[in-house]
Amino acid sequence: MQAFLEIVVYIVSFFSLYVQIYFLIVFLENRKKITIHREPLRLFEKNEDYPAVTIVVPAYNEGESVAITTESLLKLNYPKDKLFLILVNDGSKDNTWEVMQRYKDHPQIKIFNKPNGGKFSAQNLALENTQTPFLGCLDSDSTVHPEALNRIMTYFLEDPRIMAVAPTIVSSKEENLLQKAQKTEYEMQIYVKKMMSLVNAIHVTPGPFSIFRREVFDKIGKYKHAHTTEDIEIALRMQKHHMKIENAPDSYVYTNTPKTVKSLYKQRKRWIYGFIQNALDYRGLFFRKKYGNIAFINLPISFILLSSVLFLVISILRSVYEFIKTQSLTISAIGINWETYRPKLELDPFFFNTSALMFISIFLWLLVFFSLYMSQKMLYGKTKINLNILWFFLTYTLLAPFWVIKAMFNALRNYEASWTKEIDSR
Amino acid sequence: MEKKDWIRYILVFLITLTLFLSSAWLSSFMNTKKIRDIRNIQDKISIDIMSSETQFQLLQEFTCKDVSASSLSGELNSLAEKIAYSEENMSKTEEVKDLKKYYSLLQIKDYLLMQKIKDQCNMPVTPIFYFYTTSENCSNCVKEAAVLNKLRAEYPELRVYSFDYNLDLSALKTLLRTFKVEDTKLPALYMNDKLYTGFLDENNIKEVLPELEEYARIRKEAKAASSTSTTTSTTSSTSRK
Repeated sequence: MQAFLEIVVYIVSFFSLYVQIYFLIVFLENRKKITIHREPLRLFEKNEDYPAVTIVVPAYNEGESVAITTESLLKLNYPKDKLFLILVNDGSKDNTWEVMQRYKDHPQIKIFNKPNGGKFSAQNLALENTQTPFLGCLDSDSTVHPEALNRIMTYFLEDPRIMAVAPTIVSSKEENLLQKAQKTEYEMQIYVKKMMSLVNAIHVTPGPFSIFRREVFDKIGKYKHAHTTEDIEIALRMQKHHMKIENAPDSYVYTNTPKTVKSLYKQRKRWIYGFIQNALDYRGLFFRKKYGNIAFINLPISFILLSSVLFLVISILRSVYEFIKTQSLTISAIGINWETYRPKLELDPFFFNTSALMFISIFLWLLVFFSLYMSQKMLYGKTKINLNILWFFLTYTLLAPFWVIKAMFNALRNYEASWTKEIDSR
Repeated sequence: MEKKDWIRYILVFLITLTLFLSSAWLSSFMNTKKIRDIRNIQDKISIDIMSSETQFQLLQEFTCKDVSASSLSGELNSLAEKIAYSEENMSKTEEVKDLKKYYSLLQIKDYLLMQKIKDQCNMPVTPIFYFYTTSENCSNCVKEAAVLNKLRAEYPELRVYSFDYNLDLSALKTLLRTFKVEDTKLPALYMNDKLYTGFLDENNIKEVLPELEEYARIRKEAKAASSTSTTTSTTSSTSRK
């Protein structure tokens, strides 16, 4: 058992190191291609040259935050006659519909009321009611940076093969340590997502503010009910049809992160469960040359790393068990003897851990710090070193195993949690 | 997929492999160094013991002052910790086993020498032989080791000689035969010419070795006496002014 676990830990660390080095190499190859705009953009001389864009805001029991989301969209630096909003009330039980009523006469906005059917049904309803060449969606718990749309549009204008552009999601505000931890996580994703997009291996076009060409839906169909993670399904479907997905590291969407451990747990469980289910539905993508890098790097590695959590937990629990056993035996023999716990003043280098795994972890940590450094450089133009990274590693090592294992367990049992249920419990 | 994608996969694989192998090499290099360190300390102790023995044989008699400092130092104890750590954390089992054998021999030699010194110089020394096993899950051994460590810290006069029952060493086998230690009754302690099996707590051991309290009392008195003498000397120096 011990030897088996050790081998698994080595295999897992090999793949983790592999992924990090892969990103590093992609970064070194393409670092000149990463463009970050910090100033307001003007895409065309004349307003009428701008392509028309529709943004859908599906809402279920969102109340006032629908208004906040809508206002932020109206403030986008984009010609008024080229930007349209569709607000869809997905059978809310609260005052969401009344809030939407305020916009019923707004020239840029259409509002719809429908019985509850899930986010994908709200998005599809909007799809049927617009003809603009570009379409996007913004969850009603998020807001956008005024330049977000312009920056995304630069990718479409540069390359007609690009079918969708994913934004960069950052945390809108942090009120507690859990949210500070999530802030760091979102920041780290900036680098990872960009590297994935550079090798065309993106597996999710996030619900908040991913923009699509209309022909995507004309060619491969509308949104589907897909394990409450429709944004993964549509991305995988696009990958299956060889449609290119880009990532705009400078197009910011501000999202409200869960405040409590319970809601974070539910959110992550849903994401990972959705990822596993969708990846299984699209298992035909795995290891097929014609699908490119997503078939070799993104999907298989995600699976390996997810299942590795299980083994890491077993191996951590084993050492914790051994430690507690020795400690309790010692205490039962001599009582609590503080002398043994007092840190020794003289550190003998002999007792430094010099196992191979230790050095591998050091390499891994250096690469992880590099990814955070690059992410922050892309985001702020400089690095902001703070304690958030500490909270991130602490909370995620403690909590992630729970949602990963639960999601895997649920995926095995094929248990479905509906999108509305999750919103209810927020 | 393009050719450059494949090249990237292979390149990344080679880099990862290189880092992996260098980690393994670095670890092995450092561990070898650690083992060499232990061996050096053991060699040093061995020389100390041998030189004391030789001195003994040459002069038939001992300047008690010279010897007490060298071989009575706690070096053997710190060595035990390092060997236990290596046993748990290193994969070089054969080399660690050799170190353990060497260590066991040094302990026996230390004991023999200590007996001589004790008789000759009237040193306050109490030996305990402690036999444990690593071949099975021996929770009483963990407990006994904790008790002995605590006693050793409290009473510097106590010399604990610990032996892994399963070590393949002829001198140790002789010791086991002499003391009649059986592997079914571990942990076992040999003190005051008697073998005790099973877990003994602090008080059990103190009962068998009443001299420990006596030594502690003498130590305290000596300490009190020395501190008074320093106070008097300081007072006398100030009065001289």
